[in-house]
Amino acid sequence: MRLIMRIAAVAAITLAAVSTVQAKEWTKVRIGTEGAYPPFNNLESNGDLVGFDIDIANALCEEMKVECVFVTQDWDGIIPGLLADKFDAIIASMSITDERKEKVDFSKKYYNTPPAIAVPKDSKLTEASKEALAGIQFGAQSSTTHSNYAEAYFGDSDLKLYPTPDEYKLDLANGRLDAAIDDVVVLSDWLATDDGACCKILTTLKTDPEINGEGAGIAVRKEDTDLRDKLTEAIATIRANGKYKEINDKYFEFDVYGE
Amino acid sequence: MNNVTDNSEVNVPPAVFRARGWSGARILGYTAMGFWIAAAIGLGLFIVDSYSPAFTDRYAMKFLDGFVVTVKLVVISLVIGALLSLPIAGMRMSENRILRAISFGYVYFFRGTPLIAQAFLVYYGAGSFRPFFQDIGLWWFFRDAWYCAIFAFSLNTAAYQAEILRGSIENVAKGQWEACSSLGLPKYITFFRIILPQAMIVALRPYGNEIILMIKGSAIASIITVFDIMGEVRRAYSRSYDFQAYIWAAVMYLIMVETLRRVWDRLEKRLTRHLVRTGS
Amino acid sequence: MEDLFALLAFGDNGWGDQIASGVLLTVSLALASLPFGLIIGFLLALAKKSEEASLRTAANIYTTIFRGLPELLTLFLVYYGGQILVQQAVRFVFPDARFEINSFVAGMIALSFVFASYASEAFLSAFRAIPAGQYEGGSALGLNRLKVMQLVVLPQLIRLALPALGNLWLILLKETALVSVIGLTDTMRQTGIAARVTKEPFFFFSIACLIYLVLALISSIGLNKIEAWTRRGEVRS
Repeated sequence: MRLIMRIAAVAAITLAAVSTVQAKEWTKVRIGTEGAYPPFNNLESNGDLVGFDIDIANALCEEMKVECVFVTQDWDGIIPGLLADKFDAIIASMSITDERKEKVDFSKKYYNTPPAIAVPKDSKLTEASKEALAGIQFGAQSSTTHSNYAEAYFGDSDLKLYPTPDEYKLDLANGRLDAAIDDVVVLSDWLATDDGACCKILTTLKTDPEINGEGAGIAVRKEDTDLRDKLTEAIATIRANGKYKEINDKYFEFDVYGE
Repeated sequence: MNNVTDNSEVNVPPAVFRARGWSGARILGYTAMGFWIAAAIGLGLFIVDSYSPAFTDRYAMKFLDGFVVTVKLVVISLVIGALLSLPIAGMRMSENRILRAISFGYVYFFRGTPLIAQAFLVYYGAGSFRPFFQDIGLWWFFRDAWYCAIFAFSLNTAAYQAEILRGSIENVAKGQWEACSSLGLPKYITFFRIILPQAMIVALRPYGNEIILMIKGSAIASIITVFDIMGEVRRAYSRSYDFQAYIWAAVMYLIMVETLRRVWDRLEKRLTRHLVRTGS
Repeated sequence: MEDLFALLAFGDNGWGDQIASGVLLTVSLALASLPFGLIIGFLLALAKKSEEASLRTAANIYTTIFRGLPELLTLFLVYYGGQILVQQAVRFVFPDARFEINSFVAGMIALSFVFASYASEAFLSAFRAIPAGQYEGGSALGLNRLKVMQLVVLPQLIRLALPALGNLWLILLKETALVSVIGLTDTMRQTGIAARVTKEPFFFFSIACLIYLVLALISSIGLNKIEAWTRRGEVRS
């Protein structure tokens, strides 16, 4: 008898894990984001998701007249999560690159900012060249274009990969790292806080279109071309009607849309 | 002459004929084997299908590097742990209450908490004590993820090895100690020449298990940025999202563990061939 | 020092409630994995001692795989690979359906599979310790195989296997810490987040270790009680 109940329990749990068949009419879009990348997306300690990405997402959903639901997912698993139907779109400052295009499709970009390197204030480094940075402890977040950039341009450094930006920031602050690479806006935002007071920007780097891609876009599954087109359209619309500028100015002093 | 039994007819019991029919167990067994074979074929097809020269070029050497890192990590941690385990086991068996308590606490902590928690404690915790370490000139050690990993793993395996050692020493019959003291042998000769060899035989299997556990535990080093097999594989996956990276990791670990297990079994059989095995 | 402990407060200012929910998840994950692990382990042990060679081999292959792979890797394989596998399988039948294995289920499956492989060995050595006479006696009484198993063998089996199984439970509790890597908000992850945000890693990871120690302590006490209960029929020397 107990065995039967156990089997029933298994069946129930399995069913609970299955989501129902969804129609292709986009009335509700689940948006995957990381929540650890301020000022673009950040999970506050009270559980609220805030940031540029979040506001843009909300604006786009308003434009597309759909309901937006946010799902947080670790960065390393965010593309597998999309492919596994955990959410329908990724709005998490994900750069549009050819490597990623093999797995997912992207809308047109919604911003484009260059990478930069941060170092401790007392660092002896003066320039960002392969030779100057040879042998140093270099940190970056894994699965990002920034870690790829570091591997490509600063191959002589000892690259350390971290699951979230918080961890490399921690190691930069406590001296484990000699330098770290990430988006210039993200680093500047951090440097302005108490924790970032330890460090400064060494230099902003030149974007490499092959590595950094065309900017940050919204990732969708390859078969969801209608969603992709709706998002691209919505981005153009909010650029045109000033909503983008409103959100942009809330966070930044310059236009992050880029060229 | 009819009653004379033919001596050429030896008393052979009638041949037991076990019906080779399809019992439930047999069906199950063949289904299960079929499943494994299908899985193996599926896996093989998956690898062949996702084989891309780009992936192999890029990552094959890195995976091998990761393999070397894993082996180094495991060997160094085990050796340091073994050395550490001697005094700890000694303390555990000492008559001094304080020594017993300290070593008990040590063993309890390292066996009672997850290895990942210990690794985080050492790696991230050390970061917050940086000024202290710099003052005593040890920051260079804790700064490096590799040393942190070795530190955490050695302490962990020392606790387990101490228990194995203690268990096996206590397992040696009291009579051995008594016989030695009645022969007037000094304690250290008793221990190293008589007790320890016997203890080692009992300890062989658990030591083998501990080595395997260390190999598996080493995967945790990847979470504190060490590029062992797991670290390289995760890096490869994070760039290519190609699942075969994990398959290769599984293959490498399985080869390591299986090889070790068979070697260890041979070793154990050889070293205990003078002992009669009862039961299992 | 006081501010450090203030960080553990419940409510909006402290991390106490987040960590508590993490502990809840740790315990529930372990408790959820336990029955599956035990059942699968038991079935595996039966298979391993069967007379049918193919069944034995199949069971041994299972054990080799899950004892040989690091638990972390098994977790990733189930989480990422299982997802792909199940999705392909479901797509075969229902082309439009979506099937999502959430992290909890993935963790549960991975942990149960690993638990089962070790538990099967524990059950097997317990089986071996039960003399053939028990089975013979049972059948002499006219009980069929299932009844013999249920009424005669199982109670003895549990008593014999309990110390080893108890040990495996303690290991299971510790292994749940790995699910923090696939995003589950267990004890490890919550303390990790707290450590990151407050920049007090040593404090919070020490708390994490303390929590696991307490869980192990409670489990040990519970297990000792259960062991004493199974021994209640034995002659006290």
